[in-house]
Amino acid sequence: MRAALEKLGAVVLGWLEHTGRTFNLLLLVTVELLQPPYRFYPVVRQMYFIGARSLTLIVVSGLTIGMVLGLQFYNILQRFGSVDLLGAGVSLSVIRELGPVMTALMVVGRAGSSITAELGIMRITEQIDAMDCMAISPSKYLIGPKLLAGLLSVPLLTMVFDFVALFGGYFVGVVMFGVAEGSYVNGMIDTVEWSDVRIGLEKSLIFGLLVTLICCAEGFYMHLTKAGSQGAEGVSSVTTDAVVLSSIAVLYSDFLIEALF
Amino acid sequence: MTSVAGTAASPAISIRNLFVDYFPRRILTDVNLDIPASQITVIMGQSGAGKTTLLRCMLGLKKPSSGSVHILGTDIVRASRRELNAVRKQMGVAFQGGALFSSMSVAENIQLALREHTSLDEKTIQIMTRIKLDMVNMLAAENLMPSELSGGMTKRAALARAIVMDPKLLFFDEPSAGLDPSTAAELDQLMITLKTTLRMTIIVVTHELDSIFKIADHIAVMANGRVIEFGTPQQIIASANPEIQGMLNRKPRENIVDTDAHLRRLVGG
Ligand SMILES: Nc1ncnc2c1ncn2[C@@H]1O[C@H](COP(=O)(O)OP(=O)(O)OP(=O)(O)O)[C@@H](O)[C@H]1O
Ligand SMILES: [Mg+2]
Repeated sequence: MRAALEKLGAVVLGWLEHTGRTFNLLLLVTVELLQPPYRFYPVVRQMYFIGARSLTLIVVSGLTIGMVLGLQFYNILQRFGSVDLLGAGVSLSVIRELGPVMTALMVVGRAGSSITAELGIMRITEQIDAMDCMAISPSKYLIGPKLLAGLLSVPLLTMVFDFVALFGGYFVGVVMFGVAEGSYVNGMIDTVEWSDVRIGLEKSLIFGLLVTLICCAEGFYMHLTKAGSQGAEGVSSVTTDAVVLSSIAVLYSDFLIEALF
Repeated sequence: MTSVAGTAASPAISIRNLFVDYFPRRILTDVNLDIPASQITVIMGQSGAGKTTLLRCMLGLKKPSSGSVHILGTDIVRASRRELNAVRKQMGVAFQGGALFSSMSVAENIQLALREHTSLDEKTIQIMTRIKLDMVNMLAAENLMPSELSGGMTKRAALARAIVMDPKLLFFDEPSAGLDPSTAAELDQLMITLKTTLRMTIIVVTHELDSIFKIADHIAVMANGRVIEFGTPQQIIASANPEIQGMLNRKPRENIVDTDAHLRRLVGG
């Protein structure tokens, strides 16, 4: 009984430490980024990495999901004879929910995992220590640009996703099933309010930050976990952890935001 | 206070009562060491004796459980981030595995510190890079990526990166391990040149006996997490400590007296 309690305590403490470390990193990097020198080129480079290279994936998945939504909604609405609502249904679910969430999940898989692997490898090959010894802050130099790029790219990618998905819905509804173009577009414009767009945008900002923060922290602090002494295997295990953790963080914070606002 | 190994009037590095743990294992036990300025000090000892750990403490990368490490007058164990960085700007480090930044070319690796800490113009940076690469005989590899280098080239590139800011202190972990004799000899010569021309304080971790006696002004011998002897090469050769004599004469670790007991230990009985 006591042993079980102790074990549970250790697990809880471990998690608290883990979470604390992650948000501590955010605080540290924020303070460091506020101090000069300010550099923009590294941020652009990371945005290219996170943003531009995820673009194809975002376009393809956005289009597919928009089309699937179009089909689903059309089938349901048709039973009630209200296909006019197709535009409203697709656009509301995309802009408020699916756009930010799906984009964040795609970024986790495409860029987040490689951020963790890169930082983890730099940690175990002492590259981060070497940078520290050169009196260059590894958190500012390596993580700062990634966090900023995540914060900026994910909302941009979300906009692309939204746009493409709305087009996918339009294609299925108007082109394939012959829903009147006017009712699709007007339904969209009438139903979607500014607050929906704003929440979608805010979500994507939060997700962008969460995803890059978690993926950075997992790799950067790899040496503080059990995986730290396991070499290549350790890198692969923290990468998996990063993907799982940041996906859960996205889904859970999505729920929280919906429930609270 | 325990007796302190070391001699010089004002040491570059002075370590007192240092205890280091990788919990729950104790790695360094009561290390006391004064490393004289502008000389080459070699740290030798068996594999696993704690040489790299001691080096990491001197670099401020590993926090000791207790004790102090004064570098150029600053206790880096208790120093603030800012004070630590001020000391670190005067240190150059070549890690055991090279630790070159894998996303940058050899030249970019060397230039990073110059770009971050100086406001030199591009042309000067280029020239300084080539000078350092030339010192380690690596000019041809300027534009290669770290993954394209051989083991010895990696070590030399790491050394070039370590000396790019002309540091007061140079730390070098296992410089000649895995190098051919002539390259190893070149590196030895380079360290002596750095000492005599730039008055660098150089701390080298190495096992290579030939190299040790060519470059060392002082030798610290480590065993089982302690510094068991410190002195000039002559003093070390003359040491009566059987463990040191064993290392110097390349004897196997220990004589196995009780063969039965040893066998039992191996099979875990
Ligand atoms: N990160 C670590 N976690 C746990 N134990 C460690 C760690 N690093 C080193 N050790 C332990 O500390 C001891 C000393 O290691 P260290 O790397 O300092 O040896 P060394 O003298 O440099 O050996 P070598 O000549 O093989 O490089 C070893 O027993 C090792 O197992
Ligand atoms: Mg070592």
